[in-house]
Amino acid sequence: MKQIAIVAYQQSDSVSDVGAVNEVELIMPVLARTFKQVGLNNAQDVDFVCSGSCDYLQGAAFAFVAGVDALGAVPPIKESHVEMDAAWALYESILKIRMGQADSALIYGFAKSSPGELPIVLSQQLDPYYLAPLWIDSISMAALQARLMLDQSLITERDMAEVVSRSRRNAMTNPHAQLSGNISVDDLLAQPTYVSPLRKSDCCPISDGASAMIIATVEQAREWGVPYAIISGIDHCIETHNLGMRDLTDSVSTRTAAKRAGMHSGKVDVAELYAPFSHQEIILTRALGLGKETTINPSGGVLAGNLMMASGLSRIGEVFNRIVSGAAQRGIAHATSGPCLQHNMVTVLEKA
Amino acid sequence: MANLAAVVGIGQTKYTTKRLDVSIAGLVREAAVNALQDADLTWDDIEAVIIGKAPDMFEGVIMPEAYLTDALGCNGKPMLRVHTAGSVGGSTALVAASHVQSGMFKRVLTVSFEKQSESNAMWALSNPQPFSTHLNAGAGGYFAPIIREYMRRSKAPYNVGIKVAVKDRLHGARNPLAHLQKPDITMKEVEDSFMLWDPIRFLESCPSSDGACAMVIANEELAKKSPKPPAWIRGGAMRSEPTTFAGRNEVNPQAGRDCAADVYKQAGITNPRKDLDCAEVYVPFSWYEPMWLENLGFAPVGEGWKLTMEGATSLDEGGDIPWNCSGGVLSSNPIGASGMIRFAEAARQVRGDAGAHQVEGAKLALGHAYGGGAQFFAMWVVGSQKS
Amino acid sequence: MSDEQEVITVINAPVYLKYNFTAGAAPSRFLSQLKKGVLAGQSCPQCAAVYAPPRGSCPACGVPTKEDVVLSDKATVQSFTIVSIPIPNNPIQPPFVIANVVADGANISFIHLLSECVNEDVHIGQRVQAVWKPQEEWTYAMDNIRYFKPIDEPDVPVEKIGKLPVTGWEG
Repeated sequence: MKQIAIVAYQQSDSVSDVGAVNEVELIMPVLARTFKQVGLNNAQDVDFVCSGSCDYLQGAAFAFVAGVDALGAVPPIKESHVEMDAAWALYESILKIRMGQADSALIYGFAKSSPGELPIVLSQQLDPYYLAPLWIDSISMAALQARLMLDQSLITERDMAEVVSRSRRNAMTNPHAQLSGNISVDDLLAQPTYVSPLRKSDCCPISDGASAMIIATVEQAREWGVPYAIISGIDHCIETHNLGMRDLTDSVSTRTAAKRAGMHSGKVDVAELYAPFSHQEIILTRALGLGKETTINPSGGVLAGNLMMASGLSRIGEVFNRIVSGAAQRGIAHATSGPCLQHNMVTVLEKA
Repeated sequence: MANLAAVVGIGQTKYTTKRLDVSIAGLVREAAVNALQDADLTWDDIEAVIIGKAPDMFEGVIMPEAYLTDALGCNGKPMLRVHTAGSVGGSTALVAASHVQSGMFKRVLTVSFEKQSESNAMWALSNPQPFSTHLNAGAGGYFAPIIREYMRRSKAPYNVGIKVAVKDRLHGARNPLAHLQKPDITMKEVEDSFMLWDPIRFLESCPSSDGACAMVIANEELAKKSPKPPAWIRGGAMRSEPTTFAGRNEVNPQAGRDCAADVYKQAGITNPRKDLDCAEVYVPFSWYEPMWLENLGFAPVGEGWKLTMEGATSLDEGGDIPWNCSGGVLSSNPIGASGMIRFAEAARQVRGDAGAHQVEGAKLALGHAYGGGAQFFAMWVVGSQKS
Repeated sequence: MSDEQEVITVINAPVYLKYNFTAGAAPSRFLSQLKKGVLAGQSCPQCAAVYAPPRGSCPACGVPTKEDVVLSDKATVQSFTIVSIPIPNNPIQPPFVIANVVADGANISFIHLLSECVNEDVHIGQRVQAVWKPQEEWTYAMDNIRYFKPIDEPDVPVEKIGKLPVTGWEG
């Protein structure tokens, strides 16, 4: 099977409100930097483009269509879109390259979460007959899950605060991070609960931003003469939508995806996990069997900034950055979608 | 090089204004079960599920793959949801096929659907956006001016659209699944129907339907074992262009022409009218038949309407290149599914499985879908032979 | 409990979501000009095409549009339709004409109403001019222009539509 590599990754700053910037204006600067990283000009220079976004974040049907205006799509291009995190757009692009219809692809994801009330918007992702009419927001769902963990003595509130403290500290080296700084576990525990047992700090912020990536066959990467990281495996797996029918304190699908992606065939130096809530980082770490030899979320992770619809792609990009910089030889990136880690993807990256 | 892939099972639901007897999950499951039965398979034979549908506002369920995984036997498997506006049914089929053509999967299930009776499709298509004039008069209001420009360029007689409207509904009357059943439709009835967005009349427009369409796509080894003849995928292509840009040809979009050229090259087609036996083409407003006849290279620019008027695209008139024998989008339009229905109906033709709307001896067929401001195109060519 | 309980098959589950909408930077400049009664497009630094209304980029080139280009409020009908069904929440009474009009100096069309005309006389290439609302009603919206009405100028040949300079068309 053709070897596929990541050759470029760029993201915008993660900010709480990007202001008077529409979809095109949000994406274009990130795309420009991504193309520049490889010495390309616009979408005419890659064989395929795929994006990830969600109409409901902005409240307009066809929001993704505006994104096409950022590409330079004249003459017409091969382009597709998933209404999911851009990590799944990456997956679609890998299929395209593997089937021989492309040697390179641009992937991007974007969201303006600030216009709406994101946790409430996400309540409408639930079963429309039994759950959505209850308007259970995404934070409350996660809070139920955290409560289960605490009551079963699987974690403590201190464990959760430690995740947050580490995330903020790591984010200090991330120029794009939204939330960073030195805050002690005790100071975090002194904060009041927000949606109990979660404190506000246990939850990722609302963020606006975009990220983009270029992938290519290894032959094409070498032709371009840029540093690259190999995607040695990728897989994703979904679980039942019914919260009562799965063990919310574990992530079976993450473990399955990791196994199928070949995570265990080598050392994992770094793992970027898409954990929008602190207790979920612990669930994922345990589900993946990650130990002390793995650095978890050196970017600060999603707790430091959640580019909804691009965060999954950004985790992959952060691992890519560390591999081409030499900080890591091998790493994994995780992406998630749906309530309480329902749908999970694991990507394994290796040094060239 | 792409691995060979084929359609080994097809399932659809009856298309109708409102499926009050099933939930959204029930609707997609019905199509999926029909496809599995058609292929003589069970849920365990499927390695991944790829679903597609148009904007989530059509049902008010955000990212519905999360909710639908249980109904589609997808727990523990990969699930992908494609969204490319109106062409989504087609692009979903292509993405599903790429799972097999890439060699990464052996057999997948793909479903496209719309249960647009649950929300308000006209509102969802053009919900008022702040700072813009609120003049969006639905999809017809967008396409009517483009059709008018086609009429001016081609000098086509006024009743070409009427002829298409009659032809596709007569085809639909052969298809028990079609939403609109109008075996007695006449040119006069269409001409007398209410003019909605001049020059588009009520009976020249597609209905609003609930429905789902599913296919099982497998690799060569598994396709050979399937109980019914497979429809081999001989080519697939997608193209996009921006909604508006200086000098854009909205009547004959470059993206459509380029997409067709790509898929024809893959399938070894040099003269579409002669090389293809039939086509299922996305025609939601009747005038799009002559326009797409030109865009897809079946007729020279300015002459698509002649093929229509001489009956070349009519099964009933014994035309040499029947279009939309299933009744097309003019007879059934669950928006997210319509593209996949075109692709599936093309596959049915080359499997000899199209019942009363079968083109005799069909060996090679085109499936076509478009969406957005006629800017997203997805096409495939399927055949009864592997090459 | 009655023996014949009705099976519930339909529920009404209305969705109310609030959004705080911001126009982009380029649209904001366009709207600010409109508030002053000026129709201004933006030009692409690469291909020089003028976009009105601007949406943040030249879609053909994939770069931000930069310079504001003041346009005339005269325009040409690129195409149109006569609408016979009402628009939800819009008081305008059918049948009415909506047209794709290209303002002089711009290279793409936008949709607007035509009025003070005989619907059946509207045609491609027709010259029209904006009829503005009273100045005190001007806000950040295209609605500052109430509609376009036909003016007494020669028709524009089809090949010139979308290519006129801001000075317009003499014939």
